[in-house]
Amino acid sequence: MLFVTAANAQDHGADANHAPIGAGEDAVLQGEVAHGSEGHEAGFPPMNPEFFPSQILWLAITFGIFYWLLKNTIVPRIGGILENRRDRIALDLEAAERAKSDADEAQAAYEQELAEARERAHKIGQDARDSARTEAEAERKKLDADLDRRLEEAQARIAETKANAMREVDGIATEVTEAILKDAIGIEVSRDEAAAAVSASRG
Amino acid sequence: MATNPTDPIHQFAISRLVPIEIGGLDFSFTNSTLFMVLTVGVAAAFLYYSTRGRGLVPSKLQSITELTYEFTANMLRDSAGTAGMKFFPFVFSIFTFVLVANLLGMIPFFFTVTSHIIVTFALAMTVISVVVGYGIAKHGLSWFKVFIPSGVPGAILPFVVLIEVISFLSRPVSLSVRLFANMLAGHITLKVFAGFVVTLSSLGAVGVIGAILPLLMTVAITALEFLVAFLQAYVFAVLTCMYLNDAVHPHH
Repeated sequence: MLFVTAANAQDHGADANHAPIGAGEDAVLQGEVAHGSEGHEAGFPPMNPEFFPSQILWLAITFGIFYWLLKNTIVPRIGGILENRRDRIALDLEAAERAKSDADEAQAAYEQELAEARERAHKIGQDARDSARTEAEAERKKLDADLDRRLEEAQARIAETKANAMREVDGIATEVTEAILKDAIGIEVSRDEAAAAVSASRG
Repeated sequence: MATNPTDPIHQFAISRLVPIEIGGLDFSFTNSTLFMVLTVGVAAAFLYYSTRGRGLVPSKLQSITELTYEFTANMLRDSAGTAGMKFFPFVFSIFTFVLVANLLGMIPFFFTVTSHIIVTFALAMTVISVVVGYGIAKHGLSWFKVFIPSGVPGAILPFVVLIEVISFLSRPVSLSVRLFANMLAGHITLKVFAGFVVTLSSLGAVGVIGAILPLLMTVAITALEFLVAFLQAYVFAVLTCMYLNDAVHPHH
């Protein structure tokens, strides 16, 4: 408040130097000086109307400048930063999405190829198995036929041998009959009679 | 009063630093003016400096600015919708200005700009003027339907309209007094308790022990005042947003 009084006094002096605007102003100043020297008891400072014009004017100036600064420089700048970041994030997300779809496509292609390869492998295996089976079948048939043929030959040989043997058995039986009849009972029979008897008894 | 260091009112006193007289009105550059300039300077410098890197990944300071920006933007969007976003620079200015003024006032020996009724009232009147001015410019006379709530029976409509008008007129008063009274009361309380500490501790050993309690209170109230400084800036901004909603959407 000391300072206020000094300032007022200075103001007074300055006012005295250039032409005073009017008596009213002087009165106002006098009042202010009186106010200052009286101290705050004269009015509660936060509601003291003495400084209303000054506060309103300076608030208008300072807040006006502040608003202007914010509106024209700072808000667009911060907005730009945030917008930039949002765009960047959106772009990155898009790129990631694209990469993911690419990867998905590659995965699908790979799986398709894999399936095809598996199919092919399966087919090759099947073919090999089939051809092996037909080959084996043919081999077996050939072998069977060969065996059949040899079996038939063997049977034919057996039958022939048997027939031969049978024929010899008849001769032997006839001779034995002849010998038995001649030696045991002394009956001379012809070869034909003996043979007929043998064949008759053999049925 | 300069001789009494514990006077709780002295901190609100205005002194002329550069006396200016125009047309018989006192437009002196006062300590209040100085702190308005300081508020604007600090706020603008911080906002400007912190965003100078335009970082895609924000620095700590840039994060604070961005948080404040988005906080205010969400506040406005929630209250007034996207149509209200044209007022964003205005709301952002008000919020930042009040917040920084309140916080600067918390520094010892600093003047609190928002502890003067005329300052908060001028801010509130600016808000109301913007609401009324924009409302009428945008919607013409149909803007006055803001005072006529829909779905009210005709018989009591005049009373409802009267109440609406009174409530609208009391807005600048409540808006300004809320901020002003909070800052004023907080700073007085702080000063009173701090004054107890000084007075008691000058009474000798017993006084020093007795001063412990008010000292703790002073610490606690300082913390509370920081909260109040932020909260009142927020409340002022939120109410500004809600009033602006009336300018954008008069039919509620």
